Amino acid sequence: MQTPAPFDYERATSVDGAIASLAEHGPEARLIAGGHSLLPMMKLRLATPEYLIDINDLELSYIEERMTEVRIGALTRHAELLESDLLARRFPVFRDAEEVIADPVVRNRGTIGGSLCQADAAEDLSAVCAALKASVVVKGPNGERVIGMDGFYVGPFTTAVGADEMLTEIRLPVQQGAGSAHEKVERRAGDFAIAAVSAALWLQGGTIADAGIALGALGPTTIIAGRAEELLKGKAPSEELFAQAGEIAAEDCTPLPDGRGPVDYKRHLAGVLTTRALRRAAARALQQEVH
Amino acid sequence: MDVTITINGEQVTRDVEPRQLLVHFIRETEGLTGTHWGCDTSNCGACVVLMDGQPIKSCTTLAAMCAGHEIRTVESLEQNGTLDPVQQGFHELHGLHCGFCTPGMLMTARALLDHNPNPTEQEIRTAISGQICRCTGYKNIVSAVRWAAEHEAAMRQEA
Repeated sequence: MQTPAPFDYERATSVDGAIASLAEHGPEARLIAGGHSLLPMMKLRLATPEYLIDINDLELSYIEERMTEVRIGALTRHAELLESDLLARRFPVFRDAEEVIADPVVRNRGTIGGSLCQADAAEDLSAVCAALKASVVVKGPNGERVIGMDGFYVGPFTTAVGADEMLTEIRLPVQQGAGSAHEKVERRAGDFAIAAVSAALWLQGGTIADAGIALGALGPTTIIAGRAEELLKGKAPSEELFAQAGEIAAEDCTPLPDGRGPVDYKRHLAGVLTTRALRRAAARALQQEVH
Repeated sequence: MDVTITINGEQVTRDVEPRQLLVHFIRETEGLTGTHWGCDTSNCGACVVLMDGQPIKSCTTLAAMCAGHEIRTVESLEQNGTLDPVQQGFHELHGLHCGFCTPGMLMTARALLDHNPNPTEQEIRTAISGQICRCTGYKNIVSAVRWAAEHEAAMRQEA
């Protein structure tokens, strides 16, 4: 029987209260939301927190458009992200990814904040948020700070969120001419990716004003394919360009061999999936420009 | 610690260890062994119950996290000797063989029909995609859920 090691449990009633409790109980305290990453790790003793702070009652579940950004509360569940018409319209990459994250029952519990903070390189929403150039709001005893996704992952399963801090919100910049897509290859439905790629393009007058490409399961952390992004900027979208970007992404990733496949296969997937994601992102951006 | 959970309509307060999983709370503390305990890794779906009407995997939820919420297990489906239409559908169309996955399948099917009374075959397959059947196969399960949907639609028309 798999049961977590003993711990003490508290139900937080406010964000400030949760943060104060984190500070009080030190590094052995952990926040729990959906629990679908943390509890399996606790059963296997890969995580042995002595104090769990349940944040499910906090009012951090929302998806809303404010001025030039879409804001998502950290407790928003995968099922809500999948069903959101606002996200599907603004950032179709979310629905692409959510359709292939775990299964519908797991998606009823898992949250976006938990997914990002778990910092599993094979987790899809990390790539989605990195490609969309999201930033996250992190609150701590001394106030809040905003961290870009390019500075969020500091190592495998490790983020820039401090032991007494809490991720509360994800912010996605909204710009004209946007298109985005997620591509994933998995061994079986609902599994973690063998390789996954999120791509976002922002078109202006027929050229690529900005691009975001993030690779999942292709290195120790989610990888932002900066060199491939740079290649695209200022150019007109084309099959040839997207193939070149794919080649660069394949060169720049650092996959490890494991039960899901050898390095050369994963590199191959990185290239193919980057090209496919860019192709679909461009088609969606062009569709939007017509409106 | 004391937790108060509504389980199948009845509010109960129990002293539980914080680490107790919902599946063990249901089976051992409440003695409701209809909910099955399978893979323990949130893959197989044998342990699915409804939390506030939504299917969840009870092997990956702490009992303490359910305090203040409503849990429904397979035991709640039959009312006064009358099977729920999803149970009747599984009976009519042979939606089970060994029966291990059945309680989870039934609860997911119930939640699906509560939210979407007329699901397509693909919608049913998506809904149960987090649940594994290793003997009957999925064809009869999907047919059974469709049977329940049609049966409920007919009952609504009659009413």
